[in-house]
Amino acid sequence: AENEQPWGTPCTQLLVFVATPGCDGFPSLDSKESYKLSVSEGSLLLSADAVWGALRGLETFSQLVGRDENGTYYINKTEIVDFPRFPHRGLLLDTSRHYLPLRAILETLDVMAYNKFNVFHWHIVDDPSFPYESLTFPELSKQGAFNAMTHVYTASDVQTVIEYARLRGIRVIAEFDTPGHTLSWGPGAPGLLTPCYLGRDPSGTYGPINPILNSTYQFVSSLFQEVSAVFPDFFLHLGGDEVDFTCWKSNPKIRAFMKEMGFGKDYKKLESFYIQRLLDIISSLGKGYIVWQEVFDNGVKVRPDTIIHVWKESSTRYAEEMANVTKAGYRALLSAPWYLNRISYGQDWMAAYQVEPLKFEGSPEQKDRVIGGEACMWGEYVDVTNLTPRLW
Amino acid sequence: RYYEYMFGQSRQPKRGRRPPGARAEPELLQLQVVIESGDPGCHGYPHLASSEAYHLTVTEPVAILKADEVWGALRGLETFSQLVHEDDYGSFLVNESEIDDFPRFAHRGILLDTSRHYLPLKSILTNLDAMAFNKFNVLHWHIVDDQSFPYQSIYFPELSDKGAYSYNHIYTPTDVQLVIEYARLRGIRVIPEFDTPGHTQSWGKGQKDLLTPCYNGRQPTGSFGPVNPILNTTYDFMTKFFKEISSVFPDAYIHLGGDEVDFSCWKSNPDVKEFMRKQGFGIDYAKLESYYIQKILDIVSSYNKGYMVWQEVFDNKARLKPDTVVEVWMNNNYAHELSAVTGAGFTAILAAPWYLDYISYGQDWKKYYSVEPLNFPGSEKQKKLLIGGEACLWGEFVDATNLTPRLWPRASAVGERLWSSKNVTNLQDAYKRLTNHRCRMLRRGIAAEPVFIGYCAYEAR
Repeated sequence: AENEQPWGTPCTQLLVFVATPGCDGFPSLDSKESYKLSVSEGSLLLSADAVWGALRGLETFSQLVGRDENGTYYINKTEIVDFPRFPHRGLLLDTSRHYLPLRAILETLDVMAYNKFNVFHWHIVDDPSFPYESLTFPELSKQGAFNAMTHVYTASDVQTVIEYARLRGIRVIAEFDTPGHTLSWGPGAPGLLTPCYLGRDPSGTYGPINPILNSTYQFVSSLFQEVSAVFPDFFLHLGGDEVDFTCWKSNPKIRAFMKEMGFGKDYKKLESFYIQRLLDIISSLGKGYIVWQEVFDNGVKVRPDTIIHVWKESSTRYAEEMANVTKAGYRALLSAPWYLNRISYGQDWMAAYQVEPLKFEGSPEQKDRVIGGEACMWGEYVDVTNLTPRLW
Repeated sequence: RYYEYMFGQSRQPKRGRRPPGARAEPELLQLQVVIESGDPGCHGYPHLASSEAYHLTVTEPVAILKADEVWGALRGLETFSQLVHEDDYGSFLVNESEIDDFPRFAHRGILLDTSRHYLPLKSILTNLDAMAFNKFNVLHWHIVDDQSFPYQSIYFPELSDKGAYSYNHIYTPTDVQLVIEYARLRGIRVIPEFDTPGHTQSWGKGQKDLLTPCYNGRQPTGSFGPVNPILNTTYDFMTKFFKEISSVFPDAYIHLGGDEVDFSCWKSNPDVKEFMRKQGFGIDYAKLESYYIQKILDIVSSYNKGYMVWQEVFDNKARLKPDTVVEVWMNNNYAHELSAVTGAGFTAILAAPWYLDYISYGQDWKKYYSVEPLNFPGSEKQKKLLIGGEACLWGEFVDATNLTPRLWPRASAVGERLWSSKNVTNLQDAYKRLTNHRCRMLRRGIAAEPVFIGYCAYEAR
């Protein structure tokens, strides 16, 4: 008949039921993101254990809603039971190689939510610039930012990011990468970085953080005390990648220290010495930590609940690294095949899609230690002009 | 618009706060623009032989920009606007200068593809602005292709009715005129490309019997190949269609395509095979292709237009008029192709090393910058026949969401190569100027992507 509606009873309400309240808290690695969605005639029901699952279910629900040629919104009858395979699904942004204005970060958080990402790995400072405005050490950004007025993240900016993320069920894990990748820390913290030498004289250039001075550990302790308080997530990313030993080797005081400690010519031992002390500091602040794979590769003694971030895609196949890391009993995060900053012509999304994170030799217990992965968008060639189309 | 580019949106140039006690500095009050020719060209269209040379003298109190034609004045104005800089106190400064400038190559183009993805008008116009900032002077508008036909034809409305992605993905006659005028005001020629006989799947939707039906044995398969070269109706259609195109687009040249013709469909069609036999072409389908192309070239010539073609048309030995421009695009030993084309007496433009849609990680602008177009074996006379080049941004993976950052500032490297002298090749110097120029484009509303690590005082919004 002409007047017959092709659609059923119009639905006007999605009922959201959350078993365990917790809207005021922060998401964590253990958060439950499972949900159930029931769509039938006259009834739309979304139920989840925790609010984080409700957020995921809401995203799914919003993707099920279609619109026909007449402009009517409709949804198919459906039953969905859903939960994530991996609990750590992250995205790395680099705000040191290029400053990213707040709105670019917030926009990225929105799109992360559309794609059910739940970790924002904020690689906030590095060699080229230090945009993080520290309360304890204001000189760091004053001297180290590209422009201390316009290219910084104030305490308020940082809180805005954390809260915006929280409302989308996204954890913010800050990375203050040391002892390498710290050139921008130097101007605002004189004496922190190792002075490099040319023969007997300082060359005027600087290298990684100086691991032999007590002042270094005082500084690091104070800074991370602040960072631990500012960023509510249990985990901090401590970096530890690509430490270039040349400068340390050139410095006579460091060479003397090496001799004193019996490290011989093995500078990995010096790197470990620094990292271990750093990890102790972080632990005493009640935080857990994630480190890049070199920390593991170089035999640093780390706590058993350390998460190792696998990123190298060169000499060893990353699958082998995943096997080694998990075999040693550590949890692993995979990023190696997902360096989205390494652009190439064509539909490269397929290569990223075809990665199977658990494709490595190992026991089921090992495989369980892979908690997820992260797509990385390093910033050498990326800023707000091209971030969004390059990432999505 | 140049006033705004130099001094920003809302303000009048104000006197900067000079340190107290400073003596009065020389001031530039005026830039006088003098166009010397009897016919400056302001109401006309730019063309291949337009004069783009200019002479700029910056001295107090009045700077003078002299050019033969208005097109040179536009180039000089762009240069002048780049000389003006702002100091830390907000004063605008310009150094005393004397510049005598002209382009090395006359054809400096950008190819945009609006068939693989529709590009909204705004995106095309913004790109024309960016082109002007980089002294490009040709927009090669690859307007239709296999995937979609967004050009709304007056004589054949069905072409876009049936061939465009949707009603919202169309360029109306008004849209087209807007692009042409916006370009003209910037000294940019608009050369449309209606690529045939290949790359024409979308034409078949709105023009029945235009494309060749493919066969499997004795049965038509239901799919179609290139334009059908054996039917009179094809040439009747093309005659009428190109009459429209010739009147809609004022430039002296039309690009007729002629690339990548796949012969398999022609080979499968019994009528085509019969035609080949009758014409004595044997099994050489390149002869059939040339037969078709020659007829199209003659049609377009009859409308007093010159034409550009992709290199296959030359390679397959079609009969070309002497003023044909051959576009060399195949990257396999393009120097050899340039020798062949110019050796045969034809004008050439180079696109092969400048396919900017082929993105890769890192500072690839350097490889575009390092191309020396005249590095091919040939006489002085031959080298004169290379009139320029084009940076191409094919649209398979490009639309308005990523066009600007993908094209700029990488295309700027091509722009300099085509304008500046042969010996301007220092990469370190170019890097400094390119990063500065990129920040300048940001200030002017072009979302050019970063060259490398760093920042601009004025970042993109």
